[in-house]
Amino acid sequence: MFEWLSDLTGNQILAAFISAALPVAFIVPFVIFAVWLERKVSAHMQDRLGPMRVGWHGWLQTIADFFKLIQKEDIVSSEVDKKFFNMAPYLVFIGSYAVYAALPFSNSYIGSNIDLGLFYIIAVSGLVVAGILMAGWASNNKYSLYGAMRSAAQIVSYEIPTALVILAMVMFTGTLSLAKLSDLQTSSFWNWYIFGGPDWGWSKLLVLPFMLVAFLLFYISSLAEVNRTPFDLPEAESELVAGYHTEYSGMKFAMFFLSEYGNMFAVSAIASVLFFGGYQSPIGYIGNSLGISWLVPFEQVFWFASKGIFFVFVQMWLRWTLPRVRVDQLMTLCWKYLIPYAFVNLIIIGIISLI
Amino acid sequence: MKEYLKNTWLGVWTVLVGMKITFKHLFQPAVTIQYPDVKLPLPERVRNRLYVNIDDCIGCDQCSRACPVSCISIETVKAIPGEDLGQTSNGKKKALWVTKFDIDFAKCCYCQLCVFPCPTECIKMTETYEFSEFRRQDLNYHFSALNTSEAIEKKNNWEKFQAEKEAQKAAAAAKPAAPQQNPKTEGN
Amino acid sequence: MALKTEELVLNMGPQHPSTHGVLRLELELEGEVVKNVKPHLGYLHRCFEKHAEAMTYPQVIPYTDRMDYLASMYNNFGYVVAVEKLLGIQVPERVEYIRVIMGELQRIASHLVALGTYGLDIGAFTPFLYCFIDREKILNLFEITCGARLLYNYMWVGGLSHDIHPDFVRLTKEFIPYFRPRIKELNDLLTFNKIFIERTANIGVLPVDTAINYGASGPVLRGSGFRWDLRKNDPYSIYDRFDFDIPVGQGLVGTVGDCWDRYYVRVQEMEQSLRIIEQAIDNIPDGDVQSAIPKRIKPPKGMVYSRVENPKGELGYFIISDGSTSPFRVKVRAPSFVNLSVLGEMSKGHLVADVVAILGSIDIVLGEVDR
Repeated sequence: MFEWLSDLTGNQILAAFISAALPVAFIVPFVIFAVWLERKVSAHMQDRLGPMRVGWHGWLQTIADFFKLIQKEDIVSSEVDKKFFNMAPYLVFIGSYAVYAALPFSNSYIGSNIDLGLFYIIAVSGLVVAGILMAGWASNNKYSLYGAMRSAAQIVSYEIPTALVILAMVMFTGTLSLAKLSDLQTSSFWNWYIFGGPDWGWSKLLVLPFMLVAFLLFYISSLAEVNRTPFDLPEAESELVAGYHTEYSGMKFAMFFLSEYGNMFAVSAIASVLFFGGYQSPIGYIGNSLGISWLVPFEQVFWFASKGIFFVFVQMWLRWTLPRVRVDQLMTLCWKYLIPYAFVNLIIIGIISLI
Repeated sequence: MKEYLKNTWLGVWTVLVGMKITFKHLFQPAVTIQYPDVKLPLPERVRNRLYVNIDDCIGCDQCSRACPVSCISIETVKAIPGEDLGQTSNGKKKALWVTKFDIDFAKCCYCQLCVFPCPTECIKMTETYEFSEFRRQDLNYHFSALNTSEAIEKKNNWEKFQAEKEAQKAAAAAKPAAPQQNPKTEGN
Repeated sequence: MALKTEELVLNMGPQHPSTHGVLRLELELEGEVVKNVKPHLGYLHRCFEKHAEAMTYPQVIPYTDRMDYLASMYNNFGYVVAVEKLLGIQVPERVEYIRVIMGELQRIASHLVALGTYGLDIGAFTPFLYCFIDREKILNLFEITCGARLLYNYMWVGGLSHDIHPDFVRLTKEFIPYFRPRIKELNDLLTFNKIFIERTANIGVLPVDTAINYGASGPVLRGSGFRWDLRKNDPYSIYDRFDFDIPVGQGLVGTVGDCWDRYYVRVQEMEQSLRIIEQAIDNIPDGDVQSAIPKRIKPPKGMVYSRVENPKGELGYFIISDGSTSPFRVKVRAPSFVNLSVLGEMSKGHLVADVVAILGSIDIVLGEVDR
């Protein structure tokens, strides 16, 4: 993509800039869609209707809310640490946006085709922790600080099972690059890693249940990474107030939410790349059967987006079904349940991959 | 160890059971309606805003006495003999001018205690529940059929009549020998 | 050398999404652990008892509705039972049956609110709406009978304000098989969910002797394992004719007397109320519901204390009559007021996040606490 763009514009810097800014064109419509989807899914699960007036079945509601948030007064209390207060939302957004650089939207577009894709993703999503702590500290509010510390502890703890599962996958597949991972799972959906991978043989059969366990572990810890119920302590109660984004209003608040939904899609996309074939289609490409080869990348973007949106839907489904866990139970879950299971899983998958 | 595995299993299984229930509800039709466009039909005995059919009111004050929050205020003036106020719909002859019949709906608690004592069934609860006003004073409904000047006129009539009666009584008492005049018949 | 720690006083103010009304809780914390909870009441005080002294006996009934506004039928029930005892009148059988049916339907509706809002406090958003959908059906039954959905003014001294609607028996019979699977669905979704159990089991354990010493009643007392229900231990109206169980807390997923037990006692009570309604709905005798209503209610001088089993506990009315048409004194023993006193005992040693869970399990209604 980068080469095509630099040939088109004749300027490498411009091509790099466009290439890096392209995911914004994906994130913004996605967030508008995702917020609408969340409200509709929650409404229909609760036997009610949800937004119905603003546009057909309320699909313009998010845009209306966005306009409302823009024109709100940006209240900054006088005792805050202004530099950090203003910087924090953007840091949180950068932390979740940088992940999009390594996501393979199709076989011809990937923001940055580095060989260390997964490693880079885990590393850069740690920026979010810095942003949250900044927001909590700079708010000059005891409860925001408590909420921010809890949120930071949650994210950092749950990165460990995530990293262990990714390690298991790396051992099994032999590559860290997301583009190569998607490429390996071609030609039929039985080649997806949730079903054992493209190499047919004993290892594929043996690893099947452990892949399922790995997927579950990854999904649960990714729920905690994005602060979704049942792990939404920082957002909802957090003792008594709204957590680290209490003191934010207007556009900065919108930034926090943009980054949350962006993060939701990012982790869903990683789950789908690791286990469910990334941009590969389960039923073959229409472009190929009709002979229009340039249609194939667009189809791949479609499959990538729909798998991501499906996992986002499952996240929403879980949010409206489950109650919240308490903060010490959250830590118990991570350190006493997820990490031992992830370790055992890692060892077993490692042994199987030797076969 | 067994406890640990049991916890894990329960954690996963109960979550899946819950998810199945919410998924089933995703496809059931919504139970809510879109209110201002669609309104629910109300049952017959519903208790909303009161209505007074002032032509039937005989001014007995029973509803005002039954009200627990004193939201009904009634003032009546006796009719002077010779005035015909007409009949209520069930044949009773009316004898009082109802000069003021106010119900303050900001106070009304919609308990229906005023409906039962009314002898002519002229105060009723209707189906209207959308009657918000911008000013609190507008919620004070005036049901009386007489406007202020007519009310003052009736009152003056009655007071004049009373004064005349008093004068007559005084004149009759002052002249014990004089033959008594026939007392005027009051009404029919 | 001991560390000098400061006690922190935290205020869960009158406006709070989880305190079920305007209740101010003053928490004394040491770190994260609660040492004492002091409730500050009175934000919803509306001088019910003073009003009652100025009103006639029938006019007090709309005021009783507004105390525990989520279970108005039972407030009416308690009051009319007390005044009828004072007057010494006997109501027709038909009235008794209808009162029992209305009371039990109201118990189910009140418990649905308690369970739904408790789920909301814990973080589960959907059971709240499912509970309210079922509650709508019950409120529709009430609406066709007396015209109101929340504050009924239905049970009068000596009878009822309206006879039941012709469709009432049929609709109630349709409600019973509709509601039974919904209880099971609620259990699957919330009661036996592992996360919910983790949040509520072994939290807020109330030993039986503490509960009795504080005067707790209703599901709070029964959740601690003590089988005491006024419908069986001190029967009023015709409850002694029906066959139903009294569920008590047995510590199925934790200790006896924890929040989960109180919650589960309420779920089981809904099932038992359905049993009572089933037995009563087919056998309503004929009669006139307004035949025993006296023209003027002027009880002889005397006093009476009568109690009924509100969905929240023992609701008692102490009425002193001086021979006139208004009572001399009406004192209400509100169950939520007495149950709230146990909050301090139960929360000692727990984290702040658990205080919300414990408060939700006591199930208070501020209208009753403050009157």
